[in-house]
Amino acid sequence: MKLIFEKSINGRRGIQVTPSDVPTSINIKSEFLRQSSAELPQLSELDVIRHFTELSRRNFGVDTNFYPLGSCTMKYNPKVCERIASYPGFAHLHPLLPQLRMGGMLTQGALQMLYETDLLLREITGMAGFTMQPMAGAHGELTGIMIMAAYHRDRGNRKTTVLVPDSAHGTNPASAAIAGYKVVSVPSSERGVMDVNILRNFVNNEVAGIMLTCPNTLGLFETNIREICDLIHSVDGLTYYDGANLNAIVGKARPGDFGFDIVHLNLHKTFATPHGGGGPGAGPVGVKEKLLDYLPVSIVVKRNDGTYALEYDRPKSIGYIAPFYGNFAIILRAYVYILMLGKDGLKRVAENAVLNANYIREKLKKYFPLPYDDLCKHECVFSVSEKMLQNSIHAIDIAKALMDKGFHPPTVYFPAIVKEAMMIEPTETESKETLDAFIDAMIEIARLAETDPDKLKSAPITTPVSRPDETAAAKNLNIACL
Amino acid sequence: MPFISNTPDQQKQMLAEISLTMDGLFADIPPELMCSTFNLPAGLSEQQVRNHLAELADKNSTNLICFLGGGFYDHFIPAAVYSIISRGEFYTSYTPYQPELSQGTLQAIYEYQSAICRLTAMEAANASLYDGGTAMYEAMMMTLRITGRNKVIIDDSVNPIYRVMIRSYTRNLNIELEQTHSADGLANRQQILQKIDDKTAAVILQNPNFFGCIDDFTDIANAAHQKGALLIVSCYPISLGILKTPGSMGADIVTGEGQSLGMPMSFGGPYLGFMATRMQYVRKMPGRIVGETKDRFDRRAFVLTLQAREQHIRRDKATSNICSNEALCALTALVYLSLLGKEGLKQTAQLCADKASYAYQRLTAIPKVKPHFRAKWFFNEFVLDLPSEAADVIARLIEKGFAAGFPLSRYYEGMENSMLISVTEKRTKQQIGMLAEALESVL
Amino acid sequence: MIAEGLLYTKDHEWAKIEGSTATVGITDYAQQLMGELTYVELPAIGKEFRVHDEMAVVESSKSASDVYSPVTGKVVEVNSNLESKPELINDDCYGSGWICKLAITDANSVENLMNAKQYEEYLKGL
Repeated sequence: MKLIFEKSINGRRGIQVTPSDVPTSINIKSEFLRQSSAELPQLSELDVIRHFTELSRRNFGVDTNFYPLGSCTMKYNPKVCERIASYPGFAHLHPLLPQLRMGGMLTQGALQMLYETDLLLREITGMAGFTMQPMAGAHGELTGIMIMAAYHRDRGNRKTTVLVPDSAHGTNPASAAIAGYKVVSVPSSERGVMDVNILRNFVNNEVAGIMLTCPNTLGLFETNIREICDLIHSVDGLTYYDGANLNAIVGKARPGDFGFDIVHLNLHKTFATPHGGGGPGAGPVGVKEKLLDYLPVSIVVKRNDGTYALEYDRPKSIGYIAPFYGNFAIILRAYVYILMLGKDGLKRVAENAVLNANYIREKLKKYFPLPYDDLCKHECVFSVSEKMLQNSIHAIDIAKALMDKGFHPPTVYFPAIVKEAMMIEPTETESKETLDAFIDAMIEIARLAETDPDKLKSAPITTPVSRPDETAAAKNLNIACL
Repeated sequence: MPFISNTPDQQKQMLAEISLTMDGLFADIPPELMCSTFNLPAGLSEQQVRNHLAELADKNSTNLICFLGGGFYDHFIPAAVYSIISRGEFYTSYTPYQPELSQGTLQAIYEYQSAICRLTAMEAANASLYDGGTAMYEAMMMTLRITGRNKVIIDDSVNPIYRVMIRSYTRNLNIELEQTHSADGLANRQQILQKIDDKTAAVILQNPNFFGCIDDFTDIANAAHQKGALLIVSCYPISLGILKTPGSMGADIVTGEGQSLGMPMSFGGPYLGFMATRMQYVRKMPGRIVGETKDRFDRRAFVLTLQAREQHIRRDKATSNICSNEALCALTALVYLSLLGKEGLKQTAQLCADKASYAYQRLTAIPKVKPHFRAKWFFNEFVLDLPSEAADVIARLIEKGFAAGFPLSRYYEGMENSMLISVTEKRTKQQIGMLAEALESVL
Repeated sequence: MIAEGLLYTKDHEWAKIEGSTATVGITDYAQQLMGELTYVELPAIGKEFRVHDEMAVVESSKSASDVYSPVTGKVVEVNSNLESKPELINDDCYGSGWICKLAITDANSVENLMNAKQYEEYLKGL
């Protein structure tokens, strides 16, 4: 398929710009002007629409078919959320308005939404207050670690390390390192969870805190979570909850009750805001009472007269981590979703997410080895069998074969502690028929992997490209058409 | 139950097939950790939720005529932008880790990277960062990695919101942030050139700057390079329809806010941080990068590349922790730039400059309203001095139906009577005239 | 494959000691694990490293690994052929795929290196 630049025709125009209606045309001093115009495409509107329509047909979304990417929670994105985000009353609001005198009164609806979302998230997670500013999960992680650091500085604690399990998502150690901490990896037990006795060896006065997700990245619930949190608290460390896996427990249990001091949520995962091909997301961070002072500014408060305002005067705050109030239109979508689900709906989310995952786990465990054959939560991790490996079939080949069956593959090669990992997270919005079709496809692939591997080696054959050369991409580094 | 496909009967059947009960599914959670008392309201229907949100939307004023800028602008968004980005195949997909199923996203990002490079006259761009402020921060961290130094010079003509963000991020890091004070609305050469030394990693500047003033940083780029330091320029993409590119000034890293490329102002986000640099620094650049390659049948294909620098591989040694970014916003920017095209962007930029110039003439013609800076050249924003407190005048303009302009005293000392006015191609001659009349009447 | 006459580390680096100069690279085991290399980040000439300091990085399309210094010394030469041909390490890791040469500044730092036999035993236990 051609690049959009390759379709350009000199003189072709897309949008007709409204002609000027002012009498003056300014000729800026030529030393300040560019020598030649930017070589942007010259196309008609039809050309552009066709180009992107063609591109969209080379893409796969939740709207297309089953998308069981473990750790990503690819659930259905309600269309009403898209409609509401486009209401002019939200879309056309300039972010600087509240910074004008009397400007807060111009944005009461927006402030009310942010405030109510804070309250709803507190209730869902058991935390005392939220910042809506972080613009993605990893951004939330960095914010949370910065809050951790501010707390320790304030108390005069000398802390240098942050603990993470060896199964942690890469953003955890990356965020802690960027915030200036040394990261220490704690090995998981043979059951795949964190063992308190192993952890004890790593806990000392230098530990600022621990970053965990629960259930963990293997989809297993950390049954000793209270003990783990208590152990960290015993050295005045803080416990951080990576909310990527909240879909497993939302409406049933609260990380605040497990003993977590800081929590981030991925609105684009648990709260159904769209993934966008890689964002935009939102990663609000909630904290327990003892950390409220450190939250970033500004915070939306409700005054005694019932109006909403932005509060900036927080001397211990870690400052601004976003230009304004967070990814407003994403938070808005999550707010709508929570309102639609309500108390019962949220509970059913976790119940069906866990049911769907265990259904797949039980039905596929005869065909693919299950490194940890325990009750799972919202996702399960498989590996490939010895026979498959002998036939040179790896997780990547299983993934490619699934594409020809019309499914998006699960996450592969994560978490790294499982060889040839395939992490399947169906989510609660998938139907039994879809799951059964996926299970049938996987069983067929397992059979081929053991008896007729060549068929899999040539997969995928139904997609626009097949097994692109990633090594050549890294060596040639053609990353722009200039 | 909303959005859950399986009926209660199907759920029962599934449970039976795997010999579990609904309670049994949660047996691994200690009972004392289960919560039975969620104080949440009952769920609403789609109709109810649309009514509620329409009420909330009505409590926001969007019929004020907007002359606010400060880095975030009310530009025209063609209808075709929304048609394209609302396609489910784009917005309900995720990170393109499986290239065969995401050639749409991957090719679009490659085209976006190319468009950013062409716009800024740089050689390599990434797939996006959260916004212009975090992009500036990431660029700064990149220069620390490249030079191994830890001193950064930043002029106060750079967006004050971004400067506050950078201070917040670097509070506990061993970084020496030196701020220079702008001279008559432009980057202060005297202070900057005096401060650049062999401990300097970078100088951070903005064009047009927060006051709307236009500059050419070639002299500062040269001075920085002589001492082994780098130049970061934050820019306004619409202005690059006509203004000199940061690339041709000698910038090493270019960042900026992409909101004006087809995204609504949306009260703070989502926005789009863009970053571009020279090929020699590409491995130090954070964020995702898409590269072109061939598949096993020699067909053109696109893949995520240079992933070895990223968090999912490098973990605590990654160039950044960024994972999800602003991919759909990057697509939006690409679509906008494709619809406007080479001529359309140039015309839009010229319109912004023309209308701002007209507004400047009309407003400074009002007795007692004066331009704040002597610097003659601005793009689409300028600073006016009023005979009384700007914040108060602005409040009275709101009552007259105008969101005009921004009181600079919020971020700059000694500018209590100054306000920043911004004009885009959407403002008409009539609206500008009405603003002039309104301003005159409230003074 | 293990070459004789070289010394080895637990992190799969090899060192060829000639007088007070050490030539350094990664072993066959390491290059196989990495897969086809796409890039090598070489150290700066003149930079000093102690034993086990992170000295270089080898990258494939899917992973990146640190190369640790097997000795304490100062970099006097780097293999600039690796800039255009990182795959030299895959093809000939003990020969033309050498990474850099260090002038050893602490002779004792060589003590803890394994010989070929010891490294072979070590690999068996992995």
